[in-house]
Amino acid sequence: MSSPPTTLAQTTNPIPHAFTANGELLRARDLSFHIEARTLWRGFDLTLHDGERLGITGPSGSGKTLLLRTLAALESLQSGNLVCGGLELAQWSIPAYRARVVYVPQRPALREGTVEAALRAPFGFRLRRAQAFPDAQVSTLLQAVGRDASFVRQRAERLSGGEAQIVAMLRALLVAPEVLLLDEPTASLDAATVRAIEQLLMNWISAQPGRAYVWTSHDAAQLARVTDRLLTLQSAA
Amino acid sequence: MNTDYINLSNWQLVFAAVLILVNVAISVWLRLGLGKTLLVASTRMVVQLLLVGFILQSVFELKTPLPVLGIGLVMSALAGIAAVHRTKRRFAGVYWDSVITVLGAAFVVTGAAVLGILDVSPWYAPQYTIPLLGMVLGNILSGVSLALDRFMEGVAHDASIIESDLALGATRWEAAHPLINDSLRTGMIPTINSMMVMGVVSLPGMMTGQLLAGAAPTDAVRYQIMIMFMIAAATALGTLGVILLAFRRLFNARHQLCAERLQLARRED
Repeated sequence: MSSPPTTLAQTTNPIPHAFTANGELLRARDLSFHIEARTLWRGFDLTLHDGERLGITGPSGSGKTLLLRTLAALESLQSGNLVCGGLELAQWSIPAYRARVVYVPQRPALREGTVEAALRAPFGFRLRRAQAFPDAQVSTLLQAVGRDASFVRQRAERLSGGEAQIVAMLRALLVAPEVLLLDEPTASLDAATVRAIEQLLMNWISAQPGRAYVWTSHDAAQLARVTDRLLTLQSAA
Repeated sequence: MNTDYINLSNWQLVFAAVLILVNVAISVWLRLGLGKTLLVASTRMVVQLLLVGFILQSVFELKTPLPVLGIGLVMSALAGIAAVHRTKRRFAGVYWDSVITVLGAAFVVTGAAVLGILDVSPWYAPQYTIPLLGMVLGNILSGVSLALDRFMEGVAHDASIIESDLALGATRWEAAHPLINDSLRTGMIPTINSMMVMGVVSLPGMMTGQLLAGAAPTDAVRYQIMIMFMIAAATALGTLGVILLAFRRLFNARHQLCAERLQLARRED
């Protein structure tokens, strides 16, 4: 895309950046997940390094979404642990952890209100009270996904699935996370916007150290474009 | 007892019943299908009230506080259970949450009125405590069930909106706050609406009763004002209490939404 990656680097996060010594942003150790009698995975280990673009694929029902939600601490750990910035999950304040490790759902639901209100909402949370809303970044991001300024005045609750996905993506980028957990982030988008989002996210990674993403998809060609390591989940036994 | 009012004989009651029988006849004639329901409801009303009359007669003669407290506890527990029965969903512990808040709110407010405002003697005088408690409970019951139902429906339907906030670093309180506001408003609306139009559109039942019993209108109004403040305070306390308890059950300390704890109620009717 035409937007220079440097503009994305100008994100300010007043929460000090996590300790990224040995280049490790997030580590999952020995995760297990059972749903009733079914074991989705056992003894699962995963390390996400600085600058890494990890792809996750696997058949439907193999637990891709569940894995991302677990990494985002939206699901309780049934066993094992998550380590971020040298601290185990239990040592983190969960909101602070989720400010660094942000999950973007496949079918985001937005509150009633304008798109702008949706983008600003996370800056109303106590966690970011001291943080100014990055107005300048919004227009850069809109441009990158081929939307003009009128987009932010639309009603969020009336957006199509694809447009809601764009809003959720932009909102996740605005809060300046370290790790993005992207659940089929381009599933409902047209080809041109898919490419724009792919480019935007790859620029986001390369613009600044201390960033990584996990991207789930069924699209092997896409994963080849946007990731540099691929993990395949087996369908549950 | 005050004898300014006209005592009703059984024949006068029968005459009143004729009023409803006329409606039953009209319903049968026009095949409106309401006749049976009207008859059942009327019969239930008569039987229930006659029973309550007998019970209250003996309750009002109680000379010790413990049985009065016991009756209050049973009334509150029944109201707490009934409040949950009117909702569409359940979670483990919902009955406890409801009974505890209904009991707490009703006892605090009725206690304050009886001990602090009316200063009745003896302090448990059943002639005051039981009717006041009943009036307060009826209103808490509807407030609690409306608020609880709204809250559980909100959690069930807007789980992904709430989780979007959580995923972006909201605390559980921040993520639930819009829904909590909405639930409290839903629970309070009937009480607020009835205060808005009180005396203009309708004369409250208790006031009507006092007027028929020969009380001066200005005195009846004073009682009604106190009752309305009690009802509003108790309903606010009850809805807030039950929503906070439900919030703690459905959002855990790790700021996770536990929507899977909600289940649809089995229809009993």
